[in-house]
Amino acid sequence: MTRIHDAFAIDGKIAPPDELYDVVVVGAGPAGLGAALAAAQAGRQVLLIDEHPVAAALAGTDVPLWFGGRATTALQSPERLIETLVENEPLIADCFEAGVDVRLGTTAWGLWRNRDACGALPRAMLGLSDGQRAWTIGFEALVLATGARDCALGFAGWDQPGVMGALAFETLVARYDAFAGERVVILGSGELARETALLAHARGITVVAMIEVRDAAQCGIAGMTVMAGHRVIRAEGGSDGVERLIVAAADGAEQSIVCDTVIMAIDAVPAIELAEVAGAGVSTEPMRGGAVIPGGAGEVLPGIWLAGAATGLMGSRDDALAQGRAVMALVLGLGQDGMLSKTTGEFDRMVYRNDWLRALVATSPDTTMVCQCEEVTRADLIGVQPPNYLARSEHMGQRSLGTLLEDGPPDAEQVKRLTRAGMGVCQGRRCREQVSLLLAMAANLPPASAPRGNWRVPVRPVPLGVMADWQETAAMSAGWDVWFGIRKQWIPYRDIGTPEEARKIATIGGSGHL
Amino acid sequence: MSTHYDVIVVGGGVTGLSSAWWLARDGLRVLVLDKGVVGAEASSRNGGGASHYQSPLFVEEQRLWPMMDELLGYPTEHQPERVIIATNQHDLDHYHFIAGMCDEMGYRVDRLDPQAARELVPIAGDNCLGGIHYRFGGHANPQRTVQAYAWALQDLGGRLIQHCPVLSIDSTGGKVTGVTTPQGQFSCGSLVVAAGPQIMALLEPLGITVPLVAARAEMIVTEPAPLMRYGGVDGNGLYGRQTMRGNLAFGGGPHEWIDTRPEGVRARPTTTLSRNLARRVAELFPRAAHLNVIRSWAGVIENTPDGRPVLDRIDNVVVATMSGVGFGLSPATGHAVRDLVVEGHCTFAEISKLTLARFADLASDWRETAGWLPLGAA
Repeated sequence: MTRIHDAFAIDGKIAPPDELYDVVVVGAGPAGLGAALAAAQAGRQVLLIDEHPVAAALAGTDVPLWFGGRATTALQSPERLIETLVENEPLIADCFEAGVDVRLGTTAWGLWRNRDACGALPRAMLGLSDGQRAWTIGFEALVLATGARDCALGFAGWDQPGVMGALAFETLVARYDAFAGERVVILGSGELARETALLAHARGITVVAMIEVRDAAQCGIAGMTVMAGHRVIRAEGGSDGVERLIVAAADGAEQSIVCDTVIMAIDAVPAIELAEVAGAGVSTEPMRGGAVIPGGAGEVLPGIWLAGAATGLMGSRDDALAQGRAVMALVLGLGQDGMLSKTTGEFDRMVYRNDWLRALVATSPDTTMVCQCEEVTRADLIGVQPPNYLARSEHMGQRSLGTLLEDGPPDAEQVKRLTRAGMGVCQGRRCREQVSLLLAMAANLPPASAPRGNWRVPVRPVPLGVMADWQETAAMSAGWDVWFGIRKQWIPYRDIGTPEEARKIATIGGSGHL
Repeated sequence: MSTHYDVIVVGGGVTGLSSAWWLARDGLRVLVLDKGVVGAEASSRNGGGASHYQSPLFVEEQRLWPMMDELLGYPTEHQPERVIIATNQHDLDHYHFIAGMCDEMGYRVDRLDPQAARELVPIAGDNCLGGIHYRFGGHANPQRTVQAYAWALQDLGGRLIQHCPVLSIDSTGGKVTGVTTPQGQFSCGSLVVAAGPQIMALLEPLGITVPLVAARAEMIVTEPAPLMRYGGVDGNGLYGRQTMRGNLAFGGGPHEWIDTRPEGVRARPTTTLSRNLARRVAELFPRAAHLNVIRSWAGVIENTPDGRPVLDRIDNVVVATMSGVGFGLSPATGHAVRDLVVEGHCTFAEISKLTLARFADLASDWRETAGWLPLGAA
């Protein structure tokens, strides 16, 4: 049947992808490299992209990792940084050799597919950018090996240079050769903290102390003494950021630790952004690191696969490499589901995060920033108070999360809209885990039931002029209207049913301005 | 908790909440029921524009907006006036025609030459051919405004229950008596149905046909830019504004007609239309093209066949849909709905052309004829 066409509807206007690939892998960490190599060795055409090295400006806003202002000027020389990255990861050279099309410094910022309430796309598409231009690609199979993000929990003084995430530290040290610190304090004592300490030792960076809020170290760390049962009081510093960290023992005795960097290594957060914006369900699984895609490694949406730390996988580089290979075997129809280990750890990562956050909340004033971008304090968040640019009425002072909870369970999106926490340029990377847990605490919900905000495209900040489709379809240009293009909508009420109505419709043709 | 109310309002969007607030100001016992959270749909997913000169409610809207923060007791971020700039001659001619229309109605519009336009809009570029400046209208923050209505309603003793979809409307002898929800039955003297796309399915069992089709539309937002004198600036096929925080939030372009379910949509996906929006914002504001886009979103909007609102009373039921242009008019819409419930007619404006009677002769296949059909989702 021929469709009668609404000229201003989206039908047929979305351009097909600029390029088509057989197999696309996002993320050149161990899982992604394993997947790409496995596909290439099976004779498939493979595109492997990785956003690293990221532009200095983006790193400065703590995207995609919490760099905490501790990168050297090496970030200003992207070409040299690409060479460094390749030197530091021999498997990238293996990929080149195996014929993989490797594109570094290329960001995947969008993933769209037809689904409920959307049938407008010619096919599923991945949005890419190299910082100069954006384009779209289609794929037969897409493996998201997007790794993990840093988990940031605020304390007094955390919003100054020198406080950073463990994954950003690893990236600067092991991939970029661009870490600017010398004396670090590590927060946490689990596997992530151990890996962080071992890396620092290996690179001659002094680990001054490891702090654990629980009564005992969460794993054995050879050659390091963990200061267990200690609380972080505040980070102090000057114009270059952190100069010391003040901690307190259980008996209240405070100690000042001289350092230039505080690395938060409490947990990492699975990077599910692309899977979520493509429509994958999200569930909270504390053993896998909080908000994850149900099912773990494997096919999460038709033709879209997940592998590695993005699934919540912890463990060694070899584990991730093996999982990447196993997922690709499944993609290629060369394996069975049994190849994928679905086991998760027994460590409740959300309760651990929550123990830390509780301790940090207890020692910091409620004027402590939660959202650095939008300058939302913990008091503002829990009070559901409007941002600073608005006057606070007397009525407003009587409103809080408590009164909002009388209307229903806490809703992270609603609180975000009212307070602006998470609405800044870092896209909530530095605050979403703590906002989520703080809302749960205030609502007396267990960490596993913490309300969470969702991800939206673009999952990385992309400049207007870069994101723009400068070669849009002729159908898009011709069928573009401000609103719906309904011809009678903008005719003044008094003209309805008069000759003026037809005259005005003939001229403005449905195009009004709101 | 009592289960009887003078008025039950189905739908906690701007239209329903404003109506409930107006009714509560009259001292009536009001209950608002929403299937989810207040303003979660189109009410908080729009450009925030408030310059709808075409509406019979516009004069009242204009009177009310400057007072709304004070009347509600909570901030709406309302800002007066609007600037529309042109990047091509076709658009400029079009804007001048609209300006002429506004002149005729007594709403002042200044014509801007390119230099004047660039002075008002520092992020405009050399491609700016001038524009128009509405010395009326304005814009507000939809998300903040929706919550302000809800809180103001509660401050007056009105009750709001979220996550409580209305499953059916109860009636006896042709007269509506209340509603059934998963949380039980609630009875009322009058019912206001302001449930957006869900209106049609709710009222069909009563023999009230409200022709509506829902569609998905998209917007993008950037990181903050330095504040302009007037945040309400658009053009180039876009609607939107610079927020008081400085973000540029813009939408426009093609919509996708979708099917609606009684329980509402399950997802509001976006598409690569973000890229076409980004292009138009970059063309409109060349000096802001470096700003990062940080979010996009889609909203679901219901439309009547002629794109005009339905504000009508049938016995003790009031039907209210604004057909895709509801946010800006909401202060006045609530007043009109209050009048329909309490007085039986609108006291401050003539709105008889907005009744359902105009669709009496609508062909049953009007939707097919208009081409307002969903694309089969793959």
